[in-house]
Amino acid sequence: MSEAVKTIKVTIDNITVDVPVGTTILQAARMIGGDVVPPAMCYYSKLQDSGGKCRTCLVEVSKGSEADPRPMPKLVASCRTGVMDGMEVKNMTSPKVEDARNGVVEFLLLNHPLDCPVCDQAGECHLQDLGYGHGKQGTRYEFKRRTFEKHDLGPYIQLHMTRCILCYRCVFVADQLTDKRSHGILSRGDHAEIATYIENSLDNNFIGNVIDVCPVGALTDKTFRFKNRVWFTKPVNAHRDCKCCSGKVTLWQRGEEVLRVTARKDQWGEVEEWICNECRFEKKKTTDWTIEGPTHVSRHSVISQGHYENVQMPNETFKAVHGGRNPQLLMDIHSVSEVNDPSIDLSLINGPATSDVYNPSTKQA
Amino acid sequence: MASLTNRAKVLEQKPMNFMERLYLPAIFKGMAITFMHMFKKKATISYPEEKRPFSPVFRGLHVLNRDEEGRENCTACGLCAVACPAEAITMEGAERKTSEEHLYREEKYAAKYEINMLRCIFCGLCEEACPKDAIYMSETFAPSNFTRKGFIYSKDELLIPNPVNDKEKYDIAKGMREAQLKNK
Repeated sequence: MSEAVKTIKVTIDNITVDVPVGTTILQAARMIGGDVVPPAMCYYSKLQDSGGKCRTCLVEVSKGSEADPRPMPKLVASCRTGVMDGMEVKNMTSPKVEDARNGVVEFLLLNHPLDCPVCDQAGECHLQDLGYGHGKQGTRYEFKRRTFEKHDLGPYIQLHMTRCILCYRCVFVADQLTDKRSHGILSRGDHAEIATYIENSLDNNFIGNVIDVCPVGALTDKTFRFKNRVWFTKPVNAHRDCKCCSGKVTLWQRGEEVLRVTARKDQWGEVEEWICNECRFEKKKTTDWTIEGPTHVSRHSVISQGHYENVQMPNETFKAVHGGRNPQLLMDIHSVSEVNDPSIDLSLINGPATSDVYNPSTKQA
Repeated sequence: MASLTNRAKVLEQKPMNFMERLYLPAIFKGMAITFMHMFKKKATISYPEEKRPFSPVFRGLHVLNRDEEGRENCTACGLCAVACPAEAITMEGAERKTSEEHLYREEKYAAKYEINMLRCIFCGLCEEACPKDAIYMSETFAPSNFTRKGFIYSKDELLIPNPVNDKEKYDIAKGMREAQLKNK
């Protein structure tokens, strides 16, 4: 075999790119970047064998290759189809793809409870983005949406099976990152669900990564549950010395409180480096971390509404003008407002806050 | 002082003529106008006793809605707060316990919900953003106050009375418009 890496040409939406042999169409599109990249709900470049399940990345191949220029008869899943030399692919330029994708989104949303106002994933949910891009206003589904018995996955991970789209990413995480997988997909068809067969909590040290790979809100962080909306927290990059992982994370802060810790994600919403459970769930103090600065958030995301990047704080001139005297506060907001009570430290509560936390009678006891 | 532009008009001060010096004709003329207004339609109303109907799109004080079983609609999703251009709305969510299912409609609810009426510009974007029919703008306005403290409205002030326990007050809170519509 030749030493030099062989590259082949592929044209996606009239943009030609040279890619190595064995690249999939989706990866080639990601090399181009921008709007030609098909959305992917189940494919995850860091997980082997992922992809091919959700069908959101369907593309039209209008020319198979230089050697065989016939178009492919059906739309193909771009995450699982390798490119050929001279292949021509249509993604956003094909009305067929647009139509098929709308249909796929409708199918994905058939049984989805659409409880975004309650869901902690809202704001960073790939299904939400997809729904905004391709979804219809209404549903044609007339039947009861499927429901499941609740399974408890332990103190850290909250499972909402009704929101699951069965992408299998969490199964691959458990297979490829941990030594023993204790959850999986049970039953078939409409009854298929993520569960541990016998009530069993997921407690492997790297199992927390299933939260990050989940494209919807099916697996969420119990220690962050209902504490705040994602877009009201401030994402900052931080790191710490960790024995078992890289320790590079994103902290989601509210003031000085660390409400949530996640792995850093790249522009495709994929984890850059896996982090361990200790970093994710146990280190909820700012002093545990070395803070690097605000995480870059795309301006198309609602999370960017806080505008934390490139903030230049104005110089406080009052003290200098008034001979070192601080301004006199006429009203302490906490004497009137009950929200953000400084005596309640949400980050130190494991699991969601309930009325016990906010009820003054139990607080005094 | 020399004029800068030579365009200034010199004020003419003519001496008043006889009729003007009498004063009385001008006074009677003015009094006649005043007298005429007594028979015209009044532009004002005696406010606290009498109230003008609000326009159907009037945006007044906020109300947090309940469903017909008296459970709170709000799930602390934060859409009103993110839509609010004045950043007047703050809230804290909590998880519903099994003993509280008659109080809150969904598994998450707003444990704290505050609107700073001094910040609020009554634009109605919160009402528009709400996916749960939880916040509405009523046909009243915030009463005036001497201190700022009274203007931070918490859930006690915002929640509509319970339609199960307190039907009478609930109907009053539902507003005059509904009663008017029923009468027609």
